[in-house]
Amino acid sequence: MKRLLSKRWLGAGLLGLSLSLGAQAAIDTYEFKDDGDRARYRTLTEELRCPKCQNQNIADSDAPIAMDLRREIHRMLGEGKSDDEIVDYLVDRYGDFVRYNPPVNARTWLLWYGPWLMLGGGLGVLALIVLRRRRPAAPGGAAASGNAGSDLSAEERARLDQLLKNSVHKNSGDQSSVDNTKADK
Amino acid sequence: MNRRLLLLLPLVGFLVLAGFLYKGLSLDPKDIGSTMIGKPLPAFSLPSLEDPARSLGTADFKGQPALVNVWATWCPTCRAEHQMLNRLAGQGVAVYGINYKDDGDAARRWLTELGNPYRFNVEDPQGSLGINLGVYGAPETFLIDKDGIIRHKFVGAIDERVWREQLAPLYRELLDEAGQ
Repeated sequence: MKRLLSKRWLGAGLLGLSLSLGAQAAIDTYEFKDDGDRARYRTLTEELRCPKCQNQNIADSDAPIAMDLRREIHRMLGEGKSDDEIVDYLVDRYGDFVRYNPPVNARTWLLWYGPWLMLGGGLGVLALIVLRRRRPAAPGGAAASGNAGSDLSAEERARLDQLLKNSVHKNSGDQSSVDNTKADK
Repeated sequence: MNRRLLLLLPLVGFLVLAGFLYKGLSLDPKDIGSTMIGKPLPAFSLPSLEDPARSLGTADFKGQPALVNVWATWCPTCRAEHQMLNRLAGQGVAVYGINYKDDGDAARRWLTELGNPYRFNVEDPQGSLGINLGVYGAPETFLIDKDGIIRHKFVGAIDERVWREQLAPLYRELLDEAGQ
C-alpha cells in the first residue's frame, strides 16, 4: 500500500512538473518601471487578438507572432507610448482583426447595434401580437380590427346572449345528471 | 392581401440568414486581409542575406512589378512552395525574398540546396520588417507594382492554381500598367 502510494505521488509530481514546464513556455520575463505599466501591459495583451490564431489574445498565445507582439508592446510601454498609440500601431499593421474591443464605425455598426435592433424588433412583434389579441375585448377597438364576431347589432347581441344562457343551463343540467349517474353506481 | 404578404416575412428572414450563412461557407476565417494594400513598402534598412555587408531598403524593390515572398527555413509550407517560386523565376517573374526570423546560415544552405528564385533576400532576423508589413506567419507573399506599392497580399503557399487564378491576372495587370 505504501509503495503504491509513493508511486502515485511520484506520478503526480512528474505530471505537475511537466504541466508547469508547459505553462512556463508562454510566460515572458519582462520588467516594468512600475505596477501601472505592468497592469497596462496585462490589459493590452488581453484585449489584443493574436493575428495568427483565430481565438486567442496575444497574452495567451504561444504563436511566434504573439511573442513578437508582446515584445513590441513591452518596448512601446517602455518608450512611454499611450494605450491608444499602442493599439493604433497594431491596428495599422494588422487591421481591426486584432481588436477584441472593436471601435464603432461604419463597418462595425451592425456588429454593435445589430443585436439590439433584433431585440427591439422581437419585442415590437411581441407587443403587436399581444395588443392584437387584447383589442377585441376593448370597446371601440372592434370596428378597427374588423373582427366579424363583434360587429353585431343590438338585436343580434340579445339573441346571442339568449343562446349562450340556454347552453349554459343545459350544460349544468347535463353535468348534474352525469353526477347523479355516477353517484348511483 | 397585405396580411398574406406579412406571412412571407419569416421566409424572407430565413432566406436572408441562409444567404449570409451560405456566403460564410466560402469565406476563409484565416484571411484577415491586409492594411498595407495601396501603401508603399515600409521603410527599412536591413542586410542582404546573400551579402551581409550590403544594406537593402525600399528603393531596391522598385523598377518592375514583383512578388515579395516572406519565407523561413523553419516553415514547412515554404518548402512546399519553393519549387513553384523557382518555376516562376524561370518564367521571368521578379521574385524578392524576405528571410523572416531565420538563421542566416540555414537560409543560405536552403538556397544552395533547393535553388534560389530570389533576385535578392532581405535578412529580417527579428521580424521587425515583418511586423511593419503586417506579417503574422510564413509564407506570405506581397504583389508590388513598379513603384514599390503593395497591391495584393496572399497568405499561404503559392501553387499552380493560386498563381493561375489569383496572382497571374493581377501580375499581368501590373505589367500592363508599367508598360512592359
